[in-house]
Amino acid sequence: MSDGGTGAVISGIGQSDVGRRLGRSGLSLTMEAALNALADSGLDRSDLDGLSTWPGGSGPAPGFTGAGVWDVKDALGLNLEWFSGGSETPGQLGAIINAVAAVRAGLATHVLCFRTVWESTAQTAGRRASVIGSGGGRVEGSHQWMVPFGAVSAANWAGLLATRHFHEFGTTREQIAGLATTLRANAALNPKAVLTDPMSVEDYLNARMISEPLCLFDCDIPVDGSTAVIVSASEAAKDFAAHPVRIEAMGSALYGRPYWDQYSDLTSMAAHDAAEALWRNTTLTANDIDIAQLYDGFSILTLIWLEALGLCGKGEAGPFVDGGSRIARMGELPLNTGGGQLSAGRLHGFGHLHEACAQLRGVAGDRQVPGDPEVAVVAAGGGYLGGALLLTRSR
Amino acid sequence: MPDANAPLPALDPCNTPFWTGGERGELLISRCGSCRRWLHPPVPVCRFCLSTDMTPEPSSGRGKVLTYTINRHQWLPSLPPPYVIAVIGLDDDLELRLTSRLVDVEADRVTIGMRVAVHFEQVEDVWLPLFSPEGGQR
Repeated sequence: MSDGGTGAVISGIGQSDVGRRLGRSGLSLTMEAALNALADSGLDRSDLDGLSTWPGGSGPAPGFTGAGVWDVKDALGLNLEWFSGGSETPGQLGAIINAVAAVRAGLATHVLCFRTVWESTAQTAGRRASVIGSGGGRVEGSHQWMVPFGAVSAANWAGLLATRHFHEFGTTREQIAGLATTLRANAALNPKAVLTDPMSVEDYLNARMISEPLCLFDCDIPVDGSTAVIVSASEAAKDFAAHPVRIEAMGSALYGRPYWDQYSDLTSMAAHDAAEALWRNTTLTANDIDIAQLYDGFSILTLIWLEALGLCGKGEAGPFVDGGSRIARMGELPLNTGGGQLSAGRLHGFGHLHEACAQLRGVAGDRQVPGDPEVAVVAAGGGYLGGALLLTRSR
Repeated sequence: MPDANAPLPALDPCNTPFWTGGERGELLISRCGSCRRWLHPPVPVCRFCLSTDMTPEPSSGRGKVLTYTINRHQWLPSLPPPYVIAVIGLDDDLELRLTSRLVDVEADRVTIGMRVAVHFEQVEDVWLPLFSPEGGQR
């Protein structure tokens, strides 16, 4: 750990084609992303000795997960010293957090991390991964406390948080329109984004309601796609990686109760715990952040992350995103510069990670944020899932 | 409000009192025999004092709306919108809350802080604890 931080870097990034109804298997998408990441890193396949993914090979319904550890290990013919796949982690970025921990512990040197979804193709086959209970049968586990009352979608769970935020802080749909329209404008510069037509504030306000106060444009878009990154020990990456991205700090804490409806403060949730831990693990502060890639499975979750990370005051995320000027690509805090999940598509946290790395390396093409961004925060998860990474450029 | 028919819970020894207490008109909630706190979802140990003396006891079944959402989208063929999902804070314990569906109330009349009382609806072997405004329809 000569350079401080976590002692780990992201030495390569890769992404598959991203789109709706691509009609490809999850493993095919995963291989495309993995081989791209491998080529980007300059590593040889034989250098990979770790594998990490979220949520692993089994999901609630087809499409939610595209490949597991076993699939990828076998497909790539890897000799693994360490591997992990599972969903009981601090959100989707738990796969990265685990990989960094493994590298720190000396269990692996180069860990291929991936997240694959093919929800768009799976949806056309009749079932929806995001609707709990759509497979028929009775519900077990924590879903039983929500689903029997009709709260079958995360849109409902997030809607409950949004109503509370509106109630406590006077947040409005008009304010959130600033977030949705800004991300749509960002998506127009991202060749992989699925929704690129310009969106006006009126378009947003007139959109049909899904789970009030959340409308269609407050919900992200199911897509097919895979993202892969390679987490490497800093020392080992020195010799080959052209532009490694330093993982300066991570936030993996969970203090509150692990339920969407039981967390004591319904306007902060696990994001608060992960963010608090993140800032304890670094000397950097919220003022050092140049760009933010914050989970937007639902718009309200981005507001919650903005507040949790101290990028604006508690309860002030509504005014902060209002009008969109602060969070625009040219604004004081460029946010979800690839269009986020709301407009680019639900790559489930890993799209945000990929975008942060591309921006820090200055390879984000037409949507590159000017001024050589140096520090990025990436956060993923909603409800009781939350994990955050602080990344820095190491040029 | 149309009848909503959502997937039912799979009954097990731990959750059966909660899901079937409605047969006798009781909202049964796990309660600690040692520190007397109420805990939901039901658990075999008290997270406040770690006592394992946990018993389902009839709660007041009364409380107030902490937050809610009006679902407008049809997710499943058996679930016609609109319906109101709410998180209810029960009077029995400051930290005792549960998610439910509100009935006998117009969706646009629901407010945070609204007083509600439990009202059971039997579906197969489950008595769903739904909530309606205290003192009748709004």
